[in-house]
Amino acid sequence: MVTMQRGQLGYGLWGRAPWVGLLAIVIMLPLIIQRPFFHHVMIMLALYATMGEAWNLVGGYLGYVSFGHAVFFGIGAYTTAVLFANFNVNPWAGMVIGGLVAVGAAAIIAYPCFRFGLRGHYFAIATMAFGEIVRVLFLNWPYVGGATGFMVPLHKDSFALLQFHQSKLPYYYIALAMAVATLVIMKLIIDSKLGYYLRAIREDEEAAECLGVPTSLVKHVAFYISAFIVALAGALYGQYQLYFDPPMVFDLMVSVNMVLITLFGGRGTIAGPLLGAAIFVPLREYTRAWLGGGGRGLDYMILGLLLMVIVVSQPKGVLGFLERIVRRKAYEKG
Amino acid sequence: MIAYLPQALVSGFLMGLIYSLVSVGLTIIWGVMDIINFAHGDFLMLAMFIAFWFYTLFGFDPLVSIPLAAIGIFLLASITYRLLIKRILKESLLTTLLATFGLALFLRNSAQFLWRADYRTILNPVLQGSFSVAGIYVSIPKLVGALISVITVTLVYVFMKKTRIGRAIQAVSMDREAALLMGINADRIYNITFGIGGACVGIAGALLANFYPVSPQAGIFFVIIAFTCVALGGFGSILGSLIAGVIIGIVESVGGVLIGPAFKYAIGFLIYLLVVLIRPKGLFGW
Repeated sequence: MVTMQRGQLGYGLWGRAPWVGLLAIVIMLPLIIQRPFFHHVMIMLALYATMGEAWNLVGGYLGYVSFGHAVFFGIGAYTTAVLFANFNVNPWAGMVIGGLVAVGAAAIIAYPCFRFGLRGHYFAIATMAFGEIVRVLFLNWPYVGGATGFMVPLHKDSFALLQFHQSKLPYYYIALAMAVATLVIMKLIIDSKLGYYLRAIREDEEAAECLGVPTSLVKHVAFYISAFIVALAGALYGQYQLYFDPPMVFDLMVSVNMVLITLFGGRGTIAGPLLGAAIFVPLREYTRAWLGGGGRGLDYMILGLLLMVIVVSQPKGVLGFLERIVRRKAYEKG
Repeated sequence: MIAYLPQALVSGFLMGLIYSLVSVGLTIIWGVMDIINFAHGDFLMLAMFIAFWFYTLFGFDPLVSIPLAAIGIFLLASITYRLLIKRILKESLLTTLLATFGLALFLRNSAQFLWRADYRTILNPVLQGSFSVAGIYVSIPKLVGALISVITVTLVYVFMKKTRIGRAIQAVSMDREAALLMGINADRIYNITFGIGGACVGIAGALLANFYPVSPQAGIFFVIIAFTCVALGGFGSILGSLIAGVIIGIVESVGGVLIGPAFKYAIGFLIYLLVVLIRPKGLFGW
């Protein structure tokens, strides 16, 4: 059965020690390499790893491919910033409220989709349509700045107000903490009863239903957890950028990036989105910095080409590829 | 505002027929191969560029470029099938989605790399201007575009129903194994299907080049409209996408007048969501 595959949980493959080592490296690395652009890349990496993990819960474990997760990202960013600017709500509190608003938005699309049993292509395109509708609404909503975007009011460096202008490092450690917490939460979920329910639904929804899995409830819970976490990442992104407009946070590409990262690494695995983000984000940021000048689009050209090559040659993602090598080595040893 | 309604109806109807032609290509591929071709809009964009460059370099009118664009995109689609689609036919939904998405990114940004992101227009095509009937302005390029769209969609329909290849395509889409046992070369059929889908959108691109600004980003809007039309009309239904195209065209333009042009795009999606929730197989789906 697919659910029992080796390496499925990430740990099985390498044990626990490398994870601790990895954590030590990602904590130390930005202190050693002090270049601001490198810090930017690491922040985006942590944010995208978080979002990839959250997307993976629905897209990988549950098997419902969402192309609308940008909605939650954008709502997280907008809610936090608008509450802070107009109502003086602390950004940390705003972050949680943003997460809850995103859960509300998730319910708006999830309820009808699950109620009417949309799956596969239908679910994918329905979530995409939802994302585009929300994008157009924000683009034309004067209260949140419409197409001109939204500025977060500036304050002095303060952890309480989640603003740092001297260095990017505090943002990085907050993003890293978020990514680590998400990984741990995902690991806990996947090993729990809920995790088994998710995979049971992915393999065969009718069979799961017959065996007494509360499929509807499980799908809703997974979708809302995923939306909440993505909104937290969005809120942090908004505070980090201090300015954003609908194309930055609600674009279809934001949703697609989460899908890409998960697929790059290997979907339905804990390590997959992390690995995907570690490959995808530096690749994208550096190609953009080196080749993207003048809006020639060379960065996305390479990305598109790479995507096709990976999908054709490694449908199980990089993790699947690595696993095959490890297995072959083990086989050769006897 | 009400005074603009007849005008919006006519414009929406004509534009809707062109949407139909764009959607027919997508619906055939989707219905027969169960593949969502995200690069469909970028095929359209390339067809627009074919028309644009033949006009700029050789002075060919977009009308003359129609067959050129159709053949060009047919070949491109056929190559795409051989190099990409063929290898992922049996893979999961996500794999096929991402493969065509990668192709879309590649084509769009290649175009941007080669020709920059500028909006270009064909300055002096044969088809231009408009005439008025009872106070309603009818754009000539849109009218001719709509007519050619209807003719093309009809030809595709007849091709699917009457010719041997068309019947073979239907057979493969209904039951691939059974078709294989009957001696149909499914691989070749898929190749032709993908090519025909491309040719349809190639024609649509050359028609649009008459009055729509040509740019590397032009495809995105149309591919999303085409998704909506296909879902509304039913996956694989040619008649369905013809009618759905007209419905979307009219709703979009009338909705634009009533609610505001900024929301045109969102209205199409809202309709899609409502339809797919209430009737997931679309209006004419099987």
